[in-house]
Amino acid sequence: MAKSPVHPGAVIDGFIVGECVHAGGMATLWSVTRPDIDRPLLMKIPRVAEGEDPAAIVSFEMEQLILPKLSGPHVPACFGIGDFAHQAYVVIERISGETLYKRLPELPLSYEEARALVAGIATALADLHKQHVIHHDIKPSSIMFRPSGEVVLIDYGLSCHKHLPDLLQEEFRLPYGTAPYMAPERLTGMRNDPRSDLFSLGVLLYFFTTGVRPFGETETLRGMQRRLWRDPHPPRQLKADYPLWLQEIVLRCLEIEPKARYPTAAQLAFDLSHPDQVKLTARAEKVNRDSITTVWRRRFNRGMIQPESVADVAAQIASSPIVAIAVDISEATEELNAALRVTAARILATLPAARLACVNVLKLGRITIDRTLDEQGKNKHVDRLVQLQHWASPLKLDASRLTVHVLEAVDPASAILEFAKANQVDHIIIGARQDSVLRTLLGSVSAKIASEANCTVTVVRPPRPAARGVEGRAVIK
Amino acid sequence: MLLALFSDIHGNRPAFAACLEAARARGAERFICLGDIVGYGADPEWSVETVMELVAQGGLAVRGNHDNAIGSPSESMNADAQAAIDWTRARLSAAHRQFLAELPMSVEDEDRLYVHSDASSPTRWRYVQSAPDAARSMIATTAQVTFCGHIHRPALYSLSATAKMTSFIPTSNAPVQLLRGRQWLVVAGSVGQPRDGDPAASFLTFDTRTREVTYCRVPYDVETAARRIRDNGLPPWLAQRLILGR
Repeated sequence: MAKSPVHPGAVIDGFIVGECVHAGGMATLWSVTRPDIDRPLLMKIPRVAEGEDPAAIVSFEMEQLILPKLSGPHVPACFGIGDFAHQAYVVIERISGETLYKRLPELPLSYEEARALVAGIATALADLHKQHVIHHDIKPSSIMFRPSGEVVLIDYGLSCHKHLPDLLQEEFRLPYGTAPYMAPERLTGMRNDPRSDLFSLGVLLYFFTTGVRPFGETETLRGMQRRLWRDPHPPRQLKADYPLWLQEIVLRCLEIEPKARYPTAAQLAFDLSHPDQVKLTARAEKVNRDSITTVWRRRFNRGMIQPESVADVAAQIASSPIVAIAVDISEATEELNAALRVTAARILATLPAARLACVNVLKLGRITIDRTLDEQGKNKHVDRLVQLQHWASPLKLDASRLTVHVLEAVDPASAILEFAKANQVDHIIIGARQDSVLRTLLGSVSAKIASEANCTVTVVRPPRPAARGVEGRAVIK
Repeated sequence: MLLALFSDIHGNRPAFAACLEAARARGAERFICLGDIVGYGADPEWSVETVMELVAQGGLAVRGNHDNAIGSPSESMNADAQAAIDWTRARLSAAHRQFLAELPMSVEDEDRLYVHSDASSPTRWRYVQSAPDAARSMIATTAQVTFCGHIHRPALYSLSATAKMTSFIPTSNAPVQLLRGRQWLVVAGSVGQPRDGDPAASFLTFDTRTREVTYCRVPYDVETAARRIRDNGLPPWLAQRLILGR
């Protein structure tokens, strides 16, 4: 190929090249414009000269394949790709601001700031996984932000897409990626488990809350392989005030076996958004690493462990949904609440990795000032939480699969819809109120949710006595 | 231009008709047949005539081993295939037989090569069913994209500039852009006798502008195709395997 024709003022396929904004090891980034596109753009040009790392070309090809397939707020929009026959490039929207890498000098961040930050990244990752992509290079320099605060994941050179050939599959004998963040299974050549990204995000969360990388900065394969058997120091060993719920989340992300981690990024985001509901296990209290016996068993029995056959990204997500069930404690009949429980039990029985969020709306008056305490002086909010727990107890769910939420809102339907959206709920179960004066006056909550939700909605209705309808018609006659 | 590519039709009229209709609905403008128009299925005349029409309208077709066996009884085959070929030979007219006999072994079209099996030696009808097989085929040609069939199971291989192979089982209806930086080998599934466990008929589209290949699957009336095989006294396994997709 001829010398790169990319220079300020050059026009490539209608894109007018501006200044070079970054020159990295694998690619250079140029600011470009096109008259018909009214937002800032970046052209990424791979380094393809003789003697350059062949990985630069292959990972660039991977970006060329994947970027045009992605959509939504958590990825950069793609506006064009140019192939290697002429001038290889990708043009993506330019996200303003810096990557999260710039914040490393500020570490450790406060627990609250890190929690909110990583919840946002987990939400973005959940969206990416739903688009059949595993990122494989989650680290601070792959993370940017929109002015709205939404996380944008960049750099797809090491990613793989379920519906596209994985060009990196045979290209490198050694696992390719960023050593401190790489999941242990990646070292054994596995590239098809979305939970590898959750491990990397766990490394980031650990680093951002302690200021220390859990597996150090080793770059050697030997040094990296240690994470196949050696667990990191629990954060509470480093910081005595480290919250139990946060250590529970971090160490669950950093589990050596993928199946011991969160099943999906959405479930991780859910826990980060509801720290008070995180089910604490032995992980939360740990102050020491695993015993040397445990570590040796892991290290020398690796051959005994059969690699788990991994379902693809979509199947992994589909088998681990977040199910929200709206339980109306104050007005619904016991019959309806029992029917709701039967439906929830059926869904949870078929999907062992699903989790259930029980939601109740504490209705606020439009005009009156609501008091937290009821007439008897009991806290209404706490009272509802207790009732929700009581409703769910016959389901006998493991506490890590169940959360309860009381939303205070004027409009129940909007509150439930908002909850579902913010928590990436995959399925809403709601009861249909019957013959209620309220329903006639206010319209149906379930109908509004069924028509406006972004996910599956199941409306549960206990059997109606058939005779009544017939009689009703007879009376009209 | 959107190309539609059909391989291993094998005389299965309901499957071929369903694929043609689906390809036209997707806007296909040019039709390419990757060989094995006949053999196994009960409608060889209609299948050959349909391909002849497509070729007359500017389409392309290459020869498969079953097409070749019509005029070359020495072609070695298993017993079921042999029985079907002997039956088919008797059904075809002289014009049909001549059309099959004159089909080219491979055709180059811009940067694309169409061939029934391994491009390194098309007359040997070697199966391309692994990355090394695919590498042998790709090294033998300068074409950037080779389209073949013969194994009745869809696959997609690529060979990078640094001579590294990738193999991929494509997802139906998910377009893949064939980047120009590497060579590609597109193995089409079978229209008339799929063997990847999915009985639905298989064909490809390729958009010459966007360079996107799409592996398409079309459900068709398998029962009718299987019944016609049985009614014509062809080996029963040839009917049964259509239902199983094996």
